[in-house]
Amino acid sequence: MSQQTLNYKTIEPNQVKTWYEACKEEQFPSDGGLCVEFEGLQIAIFNFSRRKKWYATQNLCPHKKQMILSRGMLGSEGEEPKVACPFHKKTFSLESGANLNGHECALATYPIKVEEGVVYVGLG
Amino acid sequence: MKKVIVIGNGMVGYKFCEKLRAKAKADEVSLVVYGEEPIPAYDRVHLSEYFENQSAEKLYMAPRSWYEENDITLKTGQLVTNIDRESRAIETHTGEKESYDYLILATGSSAMVPPITGVDKKGVFVYRTIEDLEQIIDYAQHAKRGAVLGGGLLGLEAAKALLDLKLDAQVIEFAPRLMPRQLDDSGSNMLKSKIESLGIEILLNKNTKEIHGNGKLDRLEFSDGTSLETDMLVISCGIVSRDELAKTCGLETGPRGGFVVNDQLQTNDPSIYAIGEAANYNGMVYGLVAPGYDMAETVVDQLTGDQSKQFSGADMSTKLKLIGVDVGSFGDALGQSEGSIPIAFEDKSAGVYKRINLSADKKKLLGGVLVGDCADYSMLLQITQNGMAVPPNPEDLILGARGAGGGNSIADLPDSAQICSCENVTKSAIVSAIKDDGITDLKEIRTCTKAGTGCGACSPMVGDIVSATLKSMGQSVRKTLCAHFDYTRQELYSLIKIKEVKSFNDLLNQYGRGDGCETCKPAVASLMASIWNEPILKQDTIQDTNDRFLANIQKGGSYSVVPRVPAGEITPDKLIVIGQVAKKYDLYTKITGGQRIDLFGAKLNDLPKIWRELIDAGFESGHAYGKSLRTVKSCVGSTWCRYGLHDSVSFAIEIENRYKGLRSPHKLKGGVSGCRRECAEAQGKDFGLMATEIGYNLYVCGNGGANPQHAKLLAGDVDEKTAIKYLDRFLMFYIRTAEPLNRTSVWLNKLEGGIDYLREVVVNDCLGLGDELEKDMQALIAAYHCEWREAVENEDMKQKFRHFANSEADDPTLQFVPMREMKKPADWD
Repeated sequence: MSQQTLNYKTIEPNQVKTWYEACKEEQFPSDGGLCVEFEGLQIAIFNFSRRKKWYATQNLCPHKKQMILSRGMLGSEGEEPKVACPFHKKTFSLESGANLNGHECALATYPIKVEEGVVYVGLG
Repeated sequence: MKKVIVIGNGMVGYKFCEKLRAKAKADEVSLVVYGEEPIPAYDRVHLSEYFENQSAEKLYMAPRSWYEENDITLKTGQLVTNIDRESRAIETHTGEKESYDYLILATGSSAMVPPITGVDKKGVFVYRTIEDLEQIIDYAQHAKRGAVLGGGLLGLEAAKALLDLKLDAQVIEFAPRLMPRQLDDSGSNMLKSKIESLGIEILLNKNTKEIHGNGKLDRLEFSDGTSLETDMLVISCGIVSRDELAKTCGLETGPRGGFVVNDQLQTNDPSIYAIGEAANYNGMVYGLVAPGYDMAETVVDQLTGDQSKQFSGADMSTKLKLIGVDVGSFGDALGQSEGSIPIAFEDKSAGVYKRINLSADKKKLLGGVLVGDCADYSMLLQITQNGMAVPPNPEDLILGARGAGGGNSIADLPDSAQICSCENVTKSAIVSAIKDDGITDLKEIRTCTKAGTGCGACSPMVGDIVSATLKSMGQSVRKTLCAHFDYTRQELYSLIKIKEVKSFNDLLNQYGRGDGCETCKPAVASLMASIWNEPILKQDTIQDTNDRFLANIQKGGSYSVVPRVPAGEITPDKLIVIGQVAKKYDLYTKITGGQRIDLFGAKLNDLPKIWRELIDAGFESGHAYGKSLRTVKSCVGSTWCRYGLHDSVSFAIEIENRYKGLRSPHKLKGGVSGCRRECAEAQGKDFGLMATEIGYNLYVCGNGGANPQHAKLLAGDVDEKTAIKYLDRFLMFYIRTAEPLNRTSVWLNKLEGGIDYLREVVVNDCLGLGDELEKDMQALIAAYHCEWREAVENEDMKQKFRHFANSEADDPTLQFVPMREMKKPADWD
């Protein structure tokens, strides 16, 4: 299982080699996420519409290694935007990927952009 | 001067020396002891401590010098091989001879090794002597896994030893429970779960058929066809008396071994006594140290001239700390005496089980079992052994005397009560964080004590403890929802209703701050559903995951599906449809506690297809995923049952259909029983009806679950119409005033005035709210809709049930493994 975790590494904007077309903006629920698959990786994309911001993280929750975070609930802790895993409500920062209420590994995060109604995720 | 020879220098042999020397000095009795092992007697009961300090000296009953100081000749490393009864002399393996006036056989026992094929392989050990232990420690250096054969006292000690040697440890027991002679099933279960939590695996009902391996063992085969791979095996299946000396000198032994002794503990040769595990008294060999010490004392009395004391058997009462768990077993522990009546108390959160067995006339205590808390052991043993009278409420013996009225509030919980079972946090740890460390913020309490950070089930109770503690310190407490709303749930209920707020973002913009969180979003979603009863998927991303996908997420990420089966009544045709759907989508099926059928292992992408078929067959959503009405359980009632007073099934169907889809602060369960036999267990539900000769008794605020509580009588002998009126009022009052995730029982415990006040509100309408509550309920009932019907009839909504947004594929990481004839999700870490 740890191998599965190792597949997910944060990509900084300057490390992007390929921008993958994920799906259309209109497919997204407001203040919610969807999961997409590229190169065998599962990426969770979040439409934080209250903040008019987009985020992308690994879909794998590090706690019990479940492919689930795209179905998580969005929210904020202070100024920090976060997602809560549906299984045990572990929360993670959408900015840094850090676990906010425990000692789980941080999520890998990915660059994201929306152009002409299409959402793209950047992979290395 | 008499000369006494003791054969055997174990715990009982040593105790004999000690007791004899206390009564007779060297000028009266000379004492010679032969021990087979090279070292003096040591404490075999605490043998496992050898693993920690690896020092035999620390286990010695007494150092060698003690024997010298007390004029005892100790000859270790000497095996006595023959007794010449005519000339009263013994002979050792070296040919040494010594004569005696009295001979004491304290030869003890050896480990019983069952005749299993392969038991002679390398890697198989017994657990009896320090030498055995040294071999185990040596061998364990090259082993990863170790199993223990035998789930008795010593076997469990051995398993702890293997764990300390950093092995994966398993215990294999032939019987269906641990410590089968001392514990009943519930006691064993409690002990088992505590031991398993330490990382020792317990396999019960396993009959070991063969030990496999080429030279050294690598696998055990059981008679049920299963097997266990392991690197070593420690056998601890019981004991066999060391009575081999009997053969050459004609002493009588029992059919299962041991020197047969009389009440004076004499063998058939009056100058030869046997004590401890070597003795067979009345067909019994006592494998505990306490009866052995009693025997030693009896023989000392005989030899020093006090003929009055005789041995009259011993009971097997025992109290010990087993791998950190207190275990006690006394008297007739299993309640095998004719007509005995058990009283049991079980607290799984604290890991405590207590059982006492009363005589048929309830006047005497016969015995009992204690696991996890042995504080009462000595008192209970005294009452049992002395035949003392038991109190008028015998349960007080294990529960303590309880005052009238109290018992269920947070304040009544003892300091030692375990609140968070994931992180093992007690009430006192939480209280001390508040009182001693000055922490008043719930989130900080969670961070510093870790309470509620595991599965989260205890979070509401942690909040209650914080509030109660602050209140007791004179601080005012307002239970606001979370950091995003400075309002209580009850205040938000009024705001949403009066201001007609229908979306979370509107409420947050007008009355809150920030972006919300996983606490306030579902709470507001539940409030809006309780007030407006609009389709919850209109705001799908503020719903908890189960509500969002209208199904219960399970380990591994699949979902379970529960169609409504009102009151548990179902036609053969509908049963067939459930079977067909389960087969088609490869679902695991199980009957639930609420008299319906749960279908597990559904893929997210399949949920709309599954429900299309169920709805076409006439099923509706069962709302098993929501904090909402689950089921109204029924017994079969007067239509079929020869005792039934009223038609409980029809009434339960009416009630379930009335409140189906009703969303509430927590789940709601109901029950209707057709007579006072109460087969529907209605008094264990949030609301329950029990038929009486002239109507129904209405009970409210009971529940099972983590903190079971019986429902309380709200109104007696009411007709069906009145019962429904009261139920409408009761449920709406609860929905309006409860805190989030509080079951009705918790809500009632906090309600000032308790059930009497609730009766004033519901039955006597003291607040003048009756009509309004009924009207609100009527509006919710009128707005009922089957959420799944709406989902499958709406193409946009159907699209939400997909794992990937950019493909139609299922989640490839979903994994199932076969179990019996069905499947289960693969285990997670």
